[in-house]
Amino acid sequence: MASYLVRRLIGVIPVLFMVSLMVFALTQLAPGDPVSMLVSDEASPEDRQKIVEAWGLDRPAPVQYLSFLKNAVLGDFGSSFRYREPVMDLVLARLPASIELAVYATLLAVIIGIPLGVLSAARPNSLLDNAGSLVGFFGVSMPNFWFGILLILVFAGVFNVLPSGGREPWGMDLPSITGFLTIDALIQGRFDVLWTALRHLALPAIVLGTSMTGIIMQLTRATVAEALREDYVMTARAKGLSERLVLWRHAFRNALVAVVTIIGLEFGALISGAIIVETVFSWPGIGMLLIQSITFRDYPLIVGLVLIYTTLFVLVNVAIDILYTIIDPRIRMK
Amino acid sequence: MSAATLGFRHRFNYLLAPKVVFGIAVIALLIAAAIFAPWIAPHDPARQDLMRAMTAPQWGGPHLLGTDHVGRDLLSRIIYGSRISLAIGVAVVLVSGAVGIFLGVISGYFGGRTDSLIQKMLEVFWAFPPLLLAIAIVAFLGQGLGIIIIALASQRWIPYCRLARAEAMALRDREFVVAARSLGASPARILTRHILPNIVPSMVVVGTFAMATAIISEASLSFLGLGVPPTIPTWGSMLADSRAYISTSWWMALFPGLAIFITVLAINLVGDALRSHFDPKLKNI
Repeated sequence: MASYLVRRLIGVIPVLFMVSLMVFALTQLAPGDPVSMLVSDEASPEDRQKIVEAWGLDRPAPVQYLSFLKNAVLGDFGSSFRYREPVMDLVLARLPASIELAVYATLLAVIIGIPLGVLSAARPNSLLDNAGSLVGFFGVSMPNFWFGILLILVFAGVFNVLPSGGREPWGMDLPSITGFLTIDALIQGRFDVLWTALRHLALPAIVLGTSMTGIIMQLTRATVAEALREDYVMTARAKGLSERLVLWRHAFRNALVAVVTIIGLEFGALISGAIIVETVFSWPGIGMLLIQSITFRDYPLIVGLVLIYTTLFVLVNVAIDILYTIIDPRIRMK
Repeated sequence: MSAATLGFRHRFNYLLAPKVVFGIAVIALLIAAAIFAPWIAPHDPARQDLMRAMTAPQWGGPHLLGTDHVGRDLLSRIIYGSRISLAIGVAVVLVSGAVGIFLGVISGYFGGRTDSLIQKMLEVFWAFPPLLLAIAIVAFLGQGLGIIIIALASQRWIPYCRLARAEAMALRDREFVVAARSLGASPARILTRHILPNIVPSMVVVGTFAMATAIISEASLSFLGLGVPPTIPTWGSMLADSRAYISTSWWMALFPGLAIFITVLAINLVGDALRSHFDPKLKNI
C-alpha cells in the first residue's frame, strides 16, 4: 500500500511539470510584449520596472521558466497588479467561499440523488423512474448558467423569496473564524446570519448540484438494480427480510462504493461548474476571481489560479484512486 | 408489408422513433436558419432602436420575441446566433476529431513507445479541469474565432483518442489486418484502408456528443465574456446581457437559453439513436 501511494504521488510530478510548462508557453505565446502583458496600462514606470525584475523578463525564456517554476513550487505566483497583493493571499481569502458552495452543492446532490436512484431501481419503469431519466436527459442539454438565470427570474424576480446573488448582505458583521459563513454563524450562535447565508447559498448550490444529482441518481439506479439481481439479495429475501431492508441494507450498501467514487470523479465538473455559477450569482469565490482577473488582464493572477486549480484537480484525482484501492484492493494489482 | 421493408424498419428502428425525427428536424431547421439568416430574420440583428428597447414579445407584432435593452430584435439575433453556435460546434468536432482519431489510431496500432508518448501527452491535457484549459487559452491568446475553436478542441480530442486507440488495438490482430500486413501493405495503407473505416461508427457517435458539449461550452465562454467579439450576436452573450434586466425583461433571459437547450437536446437525441443503432455497447462513453 505504501509503495503504491508513493508511486502514485511521484507520478503526479511530471504531469504537473508539463502543466506548468504549458501554462508558461501560453504566457509566451500571448500577443504583445511581455511587459505590457504583465502590467496594466495605468501602471507607473516604477511598477513596470518592478515587474520586469520580479519576473526576470530581461532573461532568456528557459531561465525565466525555471525561476517561475521555482517560485510556483513554493506557492509564490507573484502579485496581482489589480489588487497589489500576493496571488496566493487573494486565492486563500476567497477559497472558503468556493469550498462552502461546492460542499453544499455536493450535499444536495447526495441527499437527493441517492434516495431517488435507489427508489427508481426498486421500481423500474415506475413513474418516478421514468420521470428521473427524463429529467436527467433534459438536464444534460441545459446549460447551467441558463438554469441559474431562470431560477433567479422565478425566485428572485417573480416571487422575490430568495436573493439573486452575492454571499452576505451588508452590515451583518460576523467575525470570521473559519471563513465558512454557515459554520462561523453556527459557532457564534448567530442564527440570523446563518439564515441569510443559507438563503444566499440556496440557488447557486441548486444550480451547481443539479448535474451531479442526475449523475449520482443514474449511477445509484444502475448499481442498485444490478445488486438486486445478485444471489445474496435472493438469499436475504428468502430469509424473509422486508423488501425495505433488502433494498437499503443489502443492495444499496454494495452500490455505495461506486457512488463514493463518482462524487470524487465529478470534482472536475464541480470546478468548471463553479466558475460559471459563481459568475451568474456574483458569488465571491475563486471562480469569479478567475473571470474578473481575465477581464482585467491580471496575468499573474490568471497564471496562479490556473495552476492552483489544476494542482488541486490532479491531487484530488490521485486521492480518489488511492481511496478506491483501499475500498477494493484488487485494483492495486493492475 | 414485405419482408424487405420489415427488415429495413427493424434495422433503422432507432432512427425512426419520433424523438429522433424531432431531433433531426430541429437540426435541419437550425442549419437552414444559419445559412439563410439574412433572408429569414425579420430585422437587422445589430440595428438598435432605443425607442423600442425592451419591448415585450407580441404575437403578430413587429417583434415576435421582443427586443433587448437597446431595442435589437431578439428573434433576429437568435437566428444569427445559430451561425456561431453551429459553425463553432462543427469546427470543434472536426478539429478535435481529426487530432484525436489520428493520435488514437497511431497509438493503438503501433503501441510501444509511440503509444506511451501519446498517452503521456493525453494525461497532461487531461490534468486540467474541464473548461479551464479553454479559458486559459482564450485568456492569453485572445478571442478570435480560430483561437476559440482551438480552445474548445484542446480537451475534446481526448475521448476520440481513447476510443480510437482501444479499437485500433483490437483491430490490429484481426485476420484481415494480419492478412493485409503479410501481403506487404504499408502501415499507412492499413490504417487508412482497414482500421479507419471500421472505427467510423463509434467516432460518429463520439462526435455527435462532442458537438453537443462544444455548443454548451461555446455558449458558456460567450456568457463569461470570453467568446467571440461582442459585436457578433451569440446565444451565450445574449444571456449575459439579460442578467442586468432580469427583473424587467424575462424574454431576454428565456429565449436565447431556449435556443441553446433545444439545439443541444436535438443533437443529444440523435446521438443517442446513433449510439443504439451502431453499437449498444458504446453506452458508457
